[in-house]
Amino acid sequence: MNHLPLIIKREYFTKVKNKSFVIMTFLSPLIMIALIAVVAYLSQLNNDKQRTISILDETGYLKDVFQNTDNTTYTKLNGLELEDALILVKEKEDYGLLHIAKVDSLSVFADNVKFYSEDSPSLSIMSGLEQKIEKRLREMKLQKDGVSIAQIEASKTNIEIQQESFEGEKSSKIDNVVKLAFGGAAGYLLFMFIIIYGNMIMRSVIEEKTSRIIEVIISSVKPIQLMMGKIIGTSLAGVTQFVIWVILGGVLMVVVSTIFGIDLTQVQTPQQEMMNQAIQAEGAQAMAENLIVAIGNLPMTNLIIAFMFFFIGGYLLYSSLYAAIGAAVDNETDTQQFMLPILMPLILAVYVGVFTVIEDPHGTVSTVFSFIPLTSPVVMLMRIPFGVPLWQQGLSLLLLIGTFILAVWFAAKIYRVGILMYGKKPTYKELFKWLKY
Amino acid sequence: MNDLLVANSVSKNFGKFKALNEVSIAVPKGSIFGLLGPNGAGKTTLIRIINQITMPDQGTVLLDGQPLKPEHIRDIGYLPEERGLYKSMKVGEQCLYLAQLKGLSKTEAKKRLKYWFEKLEIGDWWNKKIQELSKGQAQKIQFVVTVLHQPKLLIFDEPFSGFDPINANLIKDEILQLREEGATVIFSTHRMESVEELCDHIALIHKSNKILDGKLNDIKRQNKTNTFEVGLESLDKDRVFAEIQDKFEVLPATFRNLNDDIKLNIKLGEHNSPNDLLSFLTSRAQVHHFVEVIPSASDIFIQTIKNN
Repeated sequence: MNHLPLIIKREYFTKVKNKSFVIMTFLSPLIMIALIAVVAYLSQLNNDKQRTISILDETGYLKDVFQNTDNTTYTKLNGLELEDALILVKEKEDYGLLHIAKVDSLSVFADNVKFYSEDSPSLSIMSGLEQKIEKRLREMKLQKDGVSIAQIEASKTNIEIQQESFEGEKSSKIDNVVKLAFGGAAGYLLFMFIIIYGNMIMRSVIEEKTSRIIEVIISSVKPIQLMMGKIIGTSLAGVTQFVIWVILGGVLMVVVSTIFGIDLTQVQTPQQEMMNQAIQAEGAQAMAENLIVAIGNLPMTNLIIAFMFFFIGGYLLYSSLYAAIGAAVDNETDTQQFMLPILMPLILAVYVGVFTVIEDPHGTVSTVFSFIPLTSPVVMLMRIPFGVPLWQQGLSLLLLIGTFILAVWFAAKIYRVGILMYGKKPTYKELFKWLKY
Repeated sequence: MNDLLVANSVSKNFGKFKALNEVSIAVPKGSIFGLLGPNGAGKTTLIRIINQITMPDQGTVLLDGQPLKPEHIRDIGYLPEERGLYKSMKVGEQCLYLAQLKGLSKTEAKKRLKYWFEKLEIGDWWNKKIQELSKGQAQKIQFVVTVLHQPKLLIFDEPFSGFDPINANLIKDEILQLREEGATVIFSTHRMESVEELCDHIALIHKSNKILDGKLNDIKRQNKTNTFEVGLESLDKDRVFAEIQDKFEVLPATFRNLNDDIKLNIKLGEHNSPNDLLSFLTSRAQVHHFVEVIPSASDIFIQTIKNN
């Protein structure tokens, strides 16, 4: 008698119809978007703030260096003493006063630049000022040595090393960023999925124990069927929730940004001003082109297939362990001692993924961890965009499936005994004994 | 083959603990079989083995002459002692789900549920959640779910706990009626008065061993002590009493009687028949009360456990 579809159906619908699940499903994206909107709005406010910086340049060297921008106005003070200038700036409530004292030679120029302000000035503004002055000073020094402005301009070279693999595949630096983004997103998604829905499975097993329905059910179906039904049903509910989140999030994003005119994709930071300039210099056009090429360069088919296999494999492996924990204990507070051994490899996997895969996707550490079954789903998913030989993927997947079968066997044993044990908190020793029942 | 369920020297160990030691029982078709024993004796383990929740280490269990197999789940209805329902699920949905797990089709399950809900007058609970019902109400649902698929073998573990006397009676009548319709019932309880009322056969399990089984009446016959309660009325109490004491073994008695003249428990030896005693008594006093003392299930239970 195969009751699996029936159990899956029940698990799915009870989850989906559950009030808190429904609320979470629809409220989460709302809250997320609202948060982003608030942050975006606030940073926009922050950016709209006008700053006036007064400049007292006694040397006259920096005449044309400071151009007004949207947020910053530069006022040049001429023929004032420093003391008077300070009083004036204070009265005007300017952001600050940049003072360049009169110098005899360019070599001591650098020691005579000072910035006066009420509060300590922001880091980005200071470095902005410094860059401008440095650039001007360099030009002046070179001019003094007889180099013309035109020559300086001509000497500027922008090197973009063109990358090409031995197979003749062209790539660029941005490739690595894209690969990292794809791998990271996949690995992180799996991590989140395991934590959220693994817990849900665990809770639903505990619920059956505490409501004492388990013995009624178990006299009709095999424990392993119940366990698998639970895992699959809950996962489907999870996928449903995820899909709704993505769709709802996307729609809300568009709606909010059109209604309020806030560009949510650009949560502005003060640094962005500088970044924008940098991008303009390099040419946004080229960057976008590179990006498209980079995405095109990804091993898409491999990526999608591997994602499905490793995602499902990794998720099932962990969720069967979660189910076993749920069966072993009586209430949620008792789960702590068993959670650690599950969370450790998972967190380790994310750390390995973030720290070593970026540095060296095919190094020893990354490779080893992409074979160890408890960490392999996350690490392998992060590695695959960088191109992993198929035999490695296959071997890793084989190991994962092997471990998964072992874990299900183990979990089913624990589950079978544990669901009928009430009233005591088991130790690891007892769990081991259960395996032999 | 007259036995619906036969267990042949079934043993089960949990680690070093022996939960069942070569226990054999035979449950005749159409009987109500009392499975008795103190707490922790191994009753639940035996019941779980019959339900294929756990497997025996040794021994076999036959249902209708066949070794237990997964298909037999449909033939058994089990009401465990540790029972409950999904709290946040609606009564109707839940019953349908549990019935389908027992192999009923959805339409068939619906039809039968309607019949039972009308019979027990609980039709308006269909859309309520279990957590809105009282404990006794939930128990009723649980009972319906247990019997819905019309199993050949019904196993009730403490079926009356949580019921008020009226509903307990209602359920008792339903159990008796199910037996009339051909079901066989295994009945596990600590309430000896319901054993007395319902059971034809009993088996007593103590410390993992079966120490007694058979027809309840046979067991009572075996355990009777040939003792008679006697109530007499006489003008010369002391002389009659002395004469009786001279001839028979006399024990004090505490039965209820309108007269409070002479109340005795008289134990007969092997060479005396009840008629001997009665004629002896009638020749000396007015006999108001003459009853053989039949041991109650409770007495047998306590006595047998003590002797072991």
